[in-house]
Amino acid sequence: MKKLVILGAGTAGTMMLNKLEPVLDRDEWQITIVDQFETHYYQPGFLFIPFGIYNKKDVIKPKRDFFPTSAEVIFSAIDRIEPKENKVSLQNGTVLSYDYLIIATGSKIHPEETEGMKEAGWHKNIFDFYTIEGAMALSKFLKYWEGGKLVLNIVEMPIKCPVAPLEFVFLADWWFTEQGIRDKVDIEFVTPLPGAFTKPKASNVFGDFLDKKNIQLVPDFNIARVDSEANKIISWDEKEVNYDLLVTIPTNMGDEAIARSGLGDELNFIPTDKETLQAIGHDNIFVIGDATNLPSSKAGSVAHFEADILLENFLCAIEGRALRAKFDGHANCYIESGFGKGILIDFNYDTEPLPGKFPLPGVGPFSLLEETKMNHYGKMLFRWMYWNLLIRGSELPIEAQMTMAGKRR
Amino acid sequence: MATREIAGKQIEFDDEGYMTDHTQWTKEVAVVLAAEDGISELTERHFAVIDFMRKEFEANGTGPSIRKLTKQSGVPTKELYQLFPGGPAKKAARIAGITKPQGCI
Repeated sequence: MKKLVILGAGTAGTMMLNKLEPVLDRDEWQITIVDQFETHYYQPGFLFIPFGIYNKKDVIKPKRDFFPTSAEVIFSAIDRIEPKENKVSLQNGTVLSYDYLIIATGSKIHPEETEGMKEAGWHKNIFDFYTIEGAMALSKFLKYWEGGKLVLNIVEMPIKCPVAPLEFVFLADWWFTEQGIRDKVDIEFVTPLPGAFTKPKASNVFGDFLDKKNIQLVPDFNIARVDSEANKIISWDEKEVNYDLLVTIPTNMGDEAIARSGLGDELNFIPTDKETLQAIGHDNIFVIGDATNLPSSKAGSVAHFEADILLENFLCAIEGRALRAKFDGHANCYIESGFGKGILIDFNYDTEPLPGKFPLPGVGPFSLLEETKMNHYGKMLFRWMYWNLLIRGSELPIEAQMTMAGKRR
Repeated sequence: MATREIAGKQIEFDDEGYMTDHTQWTKEVAVVLAAEDGISELTERHFAVIDFMRKEFEANGTGPSIRKLTKQSGVPTKELYQLFPGGPAKKAARIAGITKPQGCI
């Protein structure tokens, strides 16, 4: 029996398991998946929790619901991977050997990386929304807040879902308007980037949206520390921004087990071939999703497109054929912009987000880099697609590789 | 793309002002580029950073992130921002003659 071990049963790992299980011969392959937690979170839904649009039960399901019966499932944290011996040691004492390994251990926030962040103000008037705990605590806070200065701060790049911070301030603008207190709230978007987003054209479009919604943009701000006594954040070059409510996107890092295994970079992300998705220097290890160091977005859509490429390359690798499929960095993001509308972007390593129609050229129904009601419906429909199609490994009507059809330069 | 004469050498730059060929770089070139970015004098500490960035670039084909810089070059973050005001990773990369770091996604 040959052995395939998948580390991590989040979006990427679960999807990969469900794509490989039907195609690998059960008499030849034993598939094992490892994760330390039994609950699957629909992470794109965390954004909606602070504003009462979703609650906890909308974003959680047991992981077991998504595992095929033939797969061996182990709930344990990972101690370390030993790539030279083709072995993985788990914290429950089990040692797994493998012929092939797929690493899908994701990324997590680390507020403790910023001085003063996790002190007196943490979950009092400083919140994250990248964890269920943070999103729930912020939801409770907002119910009673009477206004003041809301500061959203991105600590450093890269972050999971780079559009989520923009969506948060767009939704906050809408939500405070609905509550009748928009005139009592100042919103500031404080980012280490030179503009609203990482890619120039989209950055300009989003910058205009911030303007229109009366949200102040503070670019080139690299936070050094939080002073939670004086309620201010201070940059490395001693600029200060005061806040009454700080919503932080803390440093994102890969799993600690990756560091223990000596497989990661300074943020515990794994150096990965940007086309084949193999771990650099290890032909029998593939990496997918947020765990990679690829210059693509850390997002579910990226993991989804990578999964199709990885599947093809995995099947080549086990038969000793050359790897043919090439990942192009494709990402596709629905951006909630408030008041029942949304913006859609579709891009890859080489092509920045452009205007146009998606997925059918000239038809849509979705519009790229434009704010429409239809884009918002796409976002809301996506939760159903996620639970019922995406992580079950079903085909979606979007190609893995980005197409220029329907886009305008 | 543009070619300029700096310190007696014809040097090529990309649209954002980064050198396209790091082997054309010399200390004299660095001094001129630094002055253009408002840094009037390059000290030993500046060169500690610049040398580290060039070594990283030669090994990996890309400049290091600020996090890697502070972890491995021995220059603390605070000092980095004092040495290269307004964005150490990008500014030091330009002065070190390497391409713009890929940090931003």
